[in-house]
Amino acid sequence: MFDYFLQQLIFALAIGAIYGLIALGYTMVYGVMRLINFAHGEFFMLGPYIYTFLFSGLLGLGGLAPVLDSAIAIVASFVIVGLLGVAIERFAYRPLRAYGRLAPMLSALGMSIVLQSAVRVTVGPQPVHFPAIVESTPIDALGGMVTTVQLGILAAAVLLMVGLALFVNGTRLGIWIRAASESWTTSSLLGIRVNRAVSLVFFIGPGLGAMAGIMYASYYGIMQPTMGSVIGLKAFTAAILGGIGSIPGAMLGGFLLGAIEVFGTAFLPILSFGYIGTEYRDVFAFAVLILVLLFKPAGLLGETVSEETTVAKKDY
Amino acid sequence: MLKVAGLKAGYGRTQVLFGIDLEVRAGEIVTIIGANGAGKTSTLRSISGLTQIYSGEIEFKGRPIKGLPPEEITRLGLAHCPEGRQILQRLTVEENLLAGYIPGRGRSFDEIRTQVYDMFPILKERRNSLASRMSGGQQQMLAIGRSLMATPELLMLDEPSLGLAPKIINQIFEIIITLSKSGISLIVVEQNAAVALEIADYAYVIDAGRCSVEGGANNVLNDPDLKAAYLGA
Repeated sequence: MFDYFLQQLIFALAIGAIYGLIALGYTMVYGVMRLINFAHGEFFMLGPYIYTFLFSGLLGLGGLAPVLDSAIAIVASFVIVGLLGVAIERFAYRPLRAYGRLAPMLSALGMSIVLQSAVRVTVGPQPVHFPAIVESTPIDALGGMVTTVQLGILAAAVLLMVGLALFVNGTRLGIWIRAASESWTTSSLLGIRVNRAVSLVFFIGPGLGAMAGIMYASYYGIMQPTMGSVIGLKAFTAAILGGIGSIPGAMLGGFLLGAIEVFGTAFLPILSFGYIGTEYRDVFAFAVLILVLLFKPAGLLGETVSEETTVAKKDY
Repeated sequence: MLKVAGLKAGYGRTQVLFGIDLEVRAGEIVTIIGANGAGKTSTLRSISGLTQIYSGEIEFKGRPIKGLPPEEITRLGLAHCPEGRQILQRLTVEENLLAGYIPGRGRSFDEIRTQVYDMFPILKERRNSLASRMSGGQQQMLAIGRSLMATPELLMLDEPSLGLAPKIINQIFEIIITLSKSGISLIVVEQNAAVALEIADYAYVIDAGRCSVEGGANNVLNDPDLKAAYLGA
């Protein structure tokens, strides 16, 4: 039983880390713009596609060790998807700012369809093989089986999260993002170029989403154009659970949601004597969403969003 | 330093300023006084680029600034310490100062921070506290300190004494005098007209969106009509 538990725990941490990374993009964008970026799941999907394209290109060129090709492709995917995020905000959301909160959100839904269709048309709708970054070797840990891929995902995700935390808490640009999340009016009076903070958030969020996508594709070995839809919604749930707008909340929400989902799926069939099977996996995330919205809409670490901030943003 | 001519401004279709003219010369303390809702705050907000301007001219250091976004106006050296202090509650004291720092204006963050901490020792003591945990007086000090991080040449203070105990008010006004002596020009908007007129060089009285009276602060202080209207004497 213990080794089974341990195995599930590692699985929960790995999938939770992925949710957390995506949730960060939702929460940071919501923080500075009060916008739910429904296109965010597509950045997650684009990550592995762009990575594969670059990686096979570099591999074809030869000249470098495959490990280096892989590393370059990972960094470049972050940058490319990040810049795409910046461009989408600039051209699809910013011009609609003056028209309330609904218009950019609808534009985001539209962008989601555009991005997904673009990949479907160019690469095809069917699932494709994702090249392994790390060879999946099982490791025997305390009786449970852990794979190198799981550990790699966990390590990379924690590294990115720590890096982000250091950035937003310890640098001037990070402080700008936090200031803009609190009040655009005050930030602008302090000389902060709020639009730059917004662009920065739209670089980091999609970039992290792309990294999560690469992790997810490494885990399952495949990718497909629709992979961002359900995962995106689940990560959005994680952001709500942690308290949307809160960066530590998104990380916590991701790991919690991973745990709820994995342990729910693992133990419910046993507890219900087989009546409820693993096909209920996706139900857990959305049950959590409903419960949080009913009983603690501000989330675990969220603060009640004052209307003042919203109004101030409107007349800015 | 600052020249405002024929300023008309408002919020959407509700006009609140009907032609404001004012001027601040280098090194001066200018006070704007007037009743609640007369347009004092709107005047400052228009100068900072926060309120929609219908017509009129605003010149800062000989350069027209009308239509510039607020952050660029601040970056030119015209800081606005807003009404209600508007401290960033989720940031610590020191992070608030960092948020207000504008690089490339000739002074390092450490240098100005030291100056601010010397001016307000309580801020140094509580540098790592969340700003939301500070008292009203401490938040006002933080707001002024944060404005100084922008290395302003002209600082506009909106109701710095609002809601503060008399002892703290005295302290704040002493700081204003110190700032003025250090070469910063100031506009002080105050409901507490008597105190403001005591420290100011020049005063404007705003009434229903227009400048009704202006003159040397002493003359305004001794104007019998104004005494009755604003100073409660």
